[in-house]
Amino acid sequence: MSVVVTAAAPDVAAATVPTPRRHRRGLRHKPLGLVAAGYLVALVAASLVAPRLVSIDPEAQDLSHALSGPTAAHWLGTDRLGRDVLIRLLVGTPGTLVDIAEAVAVFTVLGVGLGVLAGFLGRWTDRTISRFGDLVLALPGIIVLLMVLAVFPGNDLAAMIALGVLSCPVLLRVVRAVTIATRNELFVRAARLSGLTTTQIIRRHVLPWLAGPISVQVSLFAAAAVLAQAGLSFLGLARPETAGPSWGNMISEASDVISTDAWLLVPTGGIVAITVLALGLLGDAVRDVTVGRSTRGAGRWVGLSEAPRPPAEATQDRTLLSVRGLTIGFSGSTVVRDVGFDVHAGETLGIVGESGCGKTVTARSLLGLLPGDGGVTAGSIRFDGTELVGLDDRGLARLRGSRIAFVAQDAMNSLDPTFRVGSQLVEVIRRHQKTSKQDGRKRARELLELVQFPEPDQVARRYPHELSGGMAQRVAIALALAGEPDLLIADEPTTALDVTVQAEILTLLRGLRTRLGMAIILVTHDWGVLADLCDRAVVMYAGEVVEQAGIEELYRAPRHPYTAGLLAANPHRAPVGDALPAIAGTVPPPSAWPAGCHFAPRCPYATTECRAEPVALTVLSPDRSTRCLHADQLVVP
Amino acid sequence: MVKETVRWLVSSLVLLFVVTALTFVLVSLAPGDAAKAILSGQSTGYTNQQYQQMRHLLGIDQPLPVQYWHWLDGLLHGSLGTDLFNGQPVVDALANRIVPSLSIILGTVVVAGLVGVGLGIVSARRAGVAGRIVDVITLGGFAVPNFWLALVLVELLAVKVALFPAGGYVSLADDPAGWARGIVLPVVTLSAGAIALIAKQTRDAMADVLSREFVTMLRARGLGTASIVYRHALRNAAIPVVTVLGLLLINLLGGTVLIEAVFAVPGLGQEAVTASGTHNLPVIEGIAFYFTVAVVVANLLVDLSYRLLNPKARAS
Repeated sequence: MSVVVTAAAPDVAAATVPTPRRHRRGLRHKPLGLVAAGYLVALVAASLVAPRLVSIDPEAQDLSHALSGPTAAHWLGTDRLGRDVLIRLLVGTPGTLVDIAEAVAVFTVLGVGLGVLAGFLGRWTDRTISRFGDLVLALPGIIVLLMVLAVFPGNDLAAMIALGVLSCPVLLRVVRAVTIATRNELFVRAARLSGLTTTQIIRRHVLPWLAGPISVQVSLFAAAAVLAQAGLSFLGLARPETAGPSWGNMISEASDVISTDAWLLVPTGGIVAITVLALGLLGDAVRDVTVGRSTRGAGRWVGLSEAPRPPAEATQDRTLLSVRGLTIGFSGSTVVRDVGFDVHAGETLGIVGESGCGKTVTARSLLGLLPGDGGVTAGSIRFDGTELVGLDDRGLARLRGSRIAFVAQDAMNSLDPTFRVGSQLVEVIRRHQKTSKQDGRKRARELLELVQFPEPDQVARRYPHELSGGMAQRVAIALALAGEPDLLIADEPTTALDVTVQAEILTLLRGLRTRLGMAIILVTHDWGVLADLCDRAVVMYAGEVVEQAGIEELYRAPRHPYTAGLLAANPHRAPVGDALPAIAGTVPPPSAWPAGCHFAPRCPYATTECRAEPVALTVLSPDRSTRCLHADQLVVP
Repeated sequence: MVKETVRWLVSSLVLLFVVTALTFVLVSLAPGDAAKAILSGQSTGYTNQQYQQMRHLLGIDQPLPVQYWHWLDGLLHGSLGTDLFNGQPVVDALANRIVPSLSIILGTVVVAGLVGVGLGIVSARRAGVAGRIVDVITLGGFAVPNFWLALVLVELLAVKVALFPAGGYVSLADDPAGWARGIVLPVVTLSAGAIALIAKQTRDAMADVLSREFVTMLRARGLGTASIVYRHALRNAAIPVVTVLGLLLINLLGGTVLIEAVFAVPGLGQEAVTASGTHNLPVIEGIAFYFTVAVVVANLLVDLSYRLLNPKARAS
């Protein structure tokens, strides 16, 4: 009997519900959850109705038919006094359910009430309530429960109240964590500014977000309470046999005749197990619906809908990476369509565009690192003669780090928080070069020096949380360089950093490119960064490449209205004092892509022609292409 | 570090105080008392005078705060009082009962920890049949009442096939093999639910860690699956799992009560039931004391392993 419910570890539960989300999919898409809910409803209904409909007395003895096993007259058999087991189970059900309801009520009221108060009011209220929770959680629950039952002999109400109180800290912690997360949400802050009272805010804006996490915890607690109640009744401490049948005392009765008739254990234990199972499954289903995440089988190639197409044109010798017709899908919807570009050895290629245009997804797909169920559905990625699309994870692992390296935007989160910088570096170095630990450490030191750490040894001893953002990014770059890659993909490596630190990282990248001669793909939305580092650029809009050109031509004479609009909106170029021109509207999500040109709804040049059908990429010169029907109309600014 | 140690000491003492005081209050609130329990054991009946004498003899006629004070005073001198029924010092009376309970509890933590973490990893990594099997095992372990499982196991593995003893306890010092055979069924019984708990926790924690950005970046750096899963992800996932292991340890204190009843193991849990039925306050108080110490130690172990696993916790 688990007296204090630990169905979910408080810390973990708190970690999984940082931001309450709207229900993604209804419970109706969870068949198991639905079956569980159906069983519970049926159980309640049967326990209410059956004893009244059936005329058999649950205490009626029929010694001639004792321990009959299942028969037509007694569907679940009879006990040693010849009493019908099914009837007794049903008669015992309301009592069990009432007990569970009592415990759940106490658990919910205390857990939610205290949790919301602690989370919403904070300060000393929070400290007091949290301390109380810690204390209760540390109480030896069984001792308290035995004492309570000694004070109120055989009183299951008292026992259930005690059970609810003893377990409430679990719910309290979860509710508190969600409340704190919700409290800092914009809409709650706005509600506060608009003068709503605390009670109103809690009722209207906080409680709805708590519904999911609360129902998860409550159903899990209910499951634990069923077990605890049955256990107490089994021991005769609550609902003893003299007080009529209960699930627990029927198991106890069954245990007395176990050697002569083991069958009795099946229905009696079965009803407890199935009820607990139903409550547990219901909790799982509710959690999946409210938190909704699936991480299994993450990052694999999704079934290729067509064979990779061979490169459309003969690639030049110095071409390192050649992407053709790259199409990427998530859960059946396409987010990147028909993307193509080349990267030559030693060259820096920029990928530019607003957020949500598919830049990061494109960059990650090159290494087979798409999150969740994302995958390449068509096209080809050729790297130094090897086709990467369709290559298995092991094949990709051979290239990752040693041939193609990746630097992410969020440097801090791209380091393992539990290992020192030095040990992470040494592991990656030794993965790529067969060296001794000692040589590995020496090489780590060199790499840290290479990324401009004046005191590499000191940095090597640090944990990621002891680094600043800029330091973490330099460590991430050092890690990327450990395998001496030919191509470095840097996904907005400076976006999350302060302006001064940005300059530092850019200088570092520029220096590394010259020193190491590697090619770089730089994903950015900053034209300054682009102009600073890149030789050529690919402009992406709503999952497509809209323009490709050498960096100077692109700046001087954009041949796509989107590029022109982005350039006009570039703060580096705008005249001081004027309002910054911006492209009206926003990037449409994949579900709202127009049938024709994706940019048409925001484009000043758009005509009916543009909206009619997908616009193909026009090659203007070997190094230049645009996806615009009116490229000629664009005047050089 | 000094500040933390002091804080831990203070909170541990507060917990000990709260639990033992609460136990005192609850026991004295219970209808009836030890004097009645002793006297009603006699066949001749008893007078009120005898009853009062007995109360005086047992020292339970004194005001509650005074009794509690005496108990605390005794505690400071290494005594937990004497058993009201046989006059044996509680420390001695419970000494024999700690080892059986501890054997079962620690055995369960080890088994549940190893099997649970293993199953959790398999379940987090494999979407196919293996993952499903693990899910079914966890659900089953979660749903089956452990005392019911105990009955079935005894019937199958002790009565039908005499692989293990149906109950009782053999001292580890007397007969190590007999001891091991004796605790198999209680440990297996308690482990079923515990494995489910740990496996579920491990799976959730692993799934969470494996979906984090740093894992993707470890892959981007070319590290192999073995290193990513067992070196990096497991270490990060261990932090919440250890918390649950600590809670499991505390939970098992309660779990032993039922299991010791079913397997007739002469441990603390059984004594707790007997003593609370007979209002044997010093014994109840002694068990409450030991249970609380176990809770304090479990929390300390969790805290220490937290520091070991999480460098951030070490720093602050």
